[in-house]
Amino acid sequence: MTRADRSRVPDIGPDPPFTFPRIVRHRLPNGLQVRTVEHHTMPVVTMVVQVEAGAVADPHGREGLAAISVDMLDEGTGELSAIDVSDAFARIGAEYDVDVGPDVTAFAVTTLARFAERGASLLADILLRPSLREHDFDRVRQLRLDRLRQLKDSPPAVAERAFLRLLYGEHAYGHLPIGNAAALSALAREDVAAFHAERFQPSRATAVIAGPMTHDELLRLVEGAFSGWTDGSSALQGHPVGDVEAVASQSRLAVVAREAAPQSELRIGHLSAHRNSPDYPALLVMNAVLGGQFVSRINLKLREEKGYTYGARTGFDWRRGLAPFSLQASVHTAATADAIADCFAELDAIRGSRPPTDAEMALAKASLTRGYPRGFETASQVARAVAQLAIYGLPDTYFEEFVPKVSAIQSADVVRVAERYVHPARTVTLVVGDYQTVGPSLGPLGLGEPQVLPADA
Amino acid sequence: MDAPTLPFTKRTLSNGLDTIVHEDHHVPIVAVNIWYHVGSKNEQPGRTGFAHLFEHLMFEGSAHHNAGYFPPIQRAGGLLNGSTNTDRTNYWEVVPTSAIDLALWMESDRMGYLLPAVTAERFETQRDVVLNERRQNYENRPYGFALMAIVAALFPEQHPYNWPTIGSVDDLRAMRLEDVQTFFRTYYHPANASLTLAGDIATERAFDLAERYFGDLPAGPRPAPVQARAELAREVRLLLEDRVQMARLYMAWLSPAMFADGDAEMDLLGDLLANGKTSRLYRTLVYERRVALDVSAYQSSRELGGFFLLVATAAPGHSLTEIESLIDVELQALTESGPTESEMERARAQVEAHFIYRLQTVGGFGGKSDQLNAYNVLRGDPGFFPADLARYRDASTDAVRGAARRFLAFDRRVLLSVVPRGEQHLALPGAEPVSVS
Repeated sequence: MTRADRSRVPDIGPDPPFTFPRIVRHRLPNGLQVRTVEHHTMPVVTMVVQVEAGAVADPHGREGLAAISVDMLDEGTGELSAIDVSDAFARIGAEYDVDVGPDVTAFAVTTLARFAERGASLLADILLRPSLREHDFDRVRQLRLDRLRQLKDSPPAVAERAFLRLLYGEHAYGHLPIGNAAALSALAREDVAAFHAERFQPSRATAVIAGPMTHDELLRLVEGAFSGWTDGSSALQGHPVGDVEAVASQSRLAVVAREAAPQSELRIGHLSAHRNSPDYPALLVMNAVLGGQFVSRINLKLREEKGYTYGARTGFDWRRGLAPFSLQASVHTAATADAIADCFAELDAIRGSRPPTDAEMALAKASLTRGYPRGFETASQVARAVAQLAIYGLPDTYFEEFVPKVSAIQSADVVRVAERYVHPARTVTLVVGDYQTVGPSLGPLGLGEPQVLPADA
Repeated sequence: MDAPTLPFTKRTLSNGLDTIVHEDHHVPIVAVNIWYHVGSKNEQPGRTGFAHLFEHLMFEGSAHHNAGYFPPIQRAGGLLNGSTNTDRTNYWEVVPTSAIDLALWMESDRMGYLLPAVTAERFETQRDVVLNERRQNYENRPYGFALMAIVAALFPEQHPYNWPTIGSVDDLRAMRLEDVQTFFRTYYHPANASLTLAGDIATERAFDLAERYFGDLPAGPRPAPVQARAELAREVRLLLEDRVQMARLYMAWLSPAMFADGDAEMDLLGDLLANGKTSRLYRTLVYERRVALDVSAYQSSRELGGFFLLVATAAPGHSLTEIESLIDVELQALTESGPTESEMERARAQVEAHFIYRLQTVGGFGGKSDQLNAYNVLRGDPGFFPADLARYRDASTDAVRGAARRFLAFDRRVLLSVVPRGEQHLALPGAEPVSVS
């Protein structure tokens, strides 16, 4: 038996070949776009139905309408009450979940293959024929209002909410899906019914299904459940989402005071880039070098060198419109100003004074490309990945093209996109923390006078 | 329908390292998963939090790769992580098949040669990181101290489940570098570990590689099993003030150990009571009466004994007393009449589906490699998957009722009221303030 050679870390072999899933597109006569993907591993099927009902669809003053409307769908259909719907999913061991995103809402049902037909028909029942009863609406709205109160005590939730508002202001992207108390209180059941009629139309929806069957069989599952869906009479009233100002003219500092908090919850960033930008692969590599993963510069500095935090990450919060690029971290109160200064130093450095080294480039690109097949293990991963393509209108060849595109990025590309899309001098810095303690240390950062916000701004 | 299976081959290397291999060639990745049979249950009062702090040091370097563990694995396109609980510490990588040698080299290097790389500086930094992990996940989080108060009340002071795995701040600050050396020599070696490889690799090649990288490490001592008993002979009422908007009630009971008689039944009881809108307590508390904002219940199965936890948050204008009495009515009904046949049918359908869903990933927390190690370390049999499923499939309504009767007694439980600061009157009557930090 050959023993391990401890004199050096073993080399990595050539990348194993991997065939990405083939996507087949269909269109039902009612206009519903369908994408089927064969996934022959386990007897499990995932179906995702994506509807133009993200938080951006909330009219001004009715923030929270999309999310509460979506929440109302499984509260009853036909003869079934909310309890009956939950029971029906449970009796086939189905997993039902909903993600209200900035642009679209995705409904997903995962079932054993032998229950796929039943799962699809239940999903269609609640999406197309929800009861939307008054007393259910009252209860669901009250739960959401109470949830909003509870979020005031959760530093990450407080930070998310305030940060979106600081970045987008009055724009429709400027609020969390849950909305705000004033808007929720003013909503009525009829608003939900109108929203449902307007937004849930097959000609503007996409269904993705992945499982251990042929494309034809998968298509028939969707047809069986959704072919009776028809476009309503109401036209889409949604205001077009105008684009937003790329960056503010200067840096801003904002604080939400949390007395005696042991840590400061930080958000540092600004509006930055579009998902469909040709610079997307370079932006991914830039983020991986700067702050997107454990081994990125910012985490190594703040966690591994200084011990200021359990972890710090940067990233893009993608959406169809201009997306934010930001850092998030929860840092020891005493280290707040220092951590912010370190973060700014890194945002600056990647724009040219410290371009990515060869080793950093190799690490960033390999972590994005070599690990890529790992994301295609389950039917649910596959269906959700294909649904993402649908949001942004990306081609079916996207998965195959990803690795070569990322591999082609050079250090100079990273510096170029950092200069263009990262703006340390025009950044919003938000601190949710013990203002009395950290306040005096923030002045010397030169970010301006802090704007003090309430926890439910 | 065929019953789901999780096939494997197990061999024990001559140094005592259990090695388990499972083939799955769907995606060109291999999961490497190692369990060390040590957790916070092996700690002593005054040294709590050590097992977890030690886990952090395992990522900082070893003798022959004296630098962080993340860069080489991520450069290979791999993922890696680890976790510590009361009973065990696990470490895993999911790598492309091209990097299996790398992952095994690194895992074996830290198993065999960690200590030369553990410096005072790395130790101090990771202590700070862990103190920040504690701040983020417990101290600065609503209701973050509740579970600490509960385990301290359920388990006696000398019982190692009395303290949380994250440890106390004072203990974390008191730890010394020498403690790391002793801990490593006591627990981190082949005779106290279990290695699983799952994924795109041939079984014989997997065993060859395990032998190549781990075969020459000395076996090390097998630590003596931890013995501890817990008994709760009365109802304990506690009160904790927190920075929260709504009062919340926690009910906790001692319950069977993992895989012991009654464990699966308690798990099913958790589902019947509070999993989904169709569960008994959701329906009563949240849907019909609207006295609670949420309710959850689960059996926390552990090696030395379990606990069953039920949690409900009061809706504004409703009291914890009101919630407690409604919960007690439901518990009474369950202990008297048991679940209905229809409820049991639904529970079985869910369990069966979830056992299959569990077979979809080879690596990471809860993937097939992690399950095989769990069965091997805690049950001594990686082939326990079908028997585990059978525990749930075969649970009868009588057995579930019997478990409720035996373990969910009103006069042997901890009732913890967590209330907004300055609002002690919102707690259940007779609740004693506790201090947790």
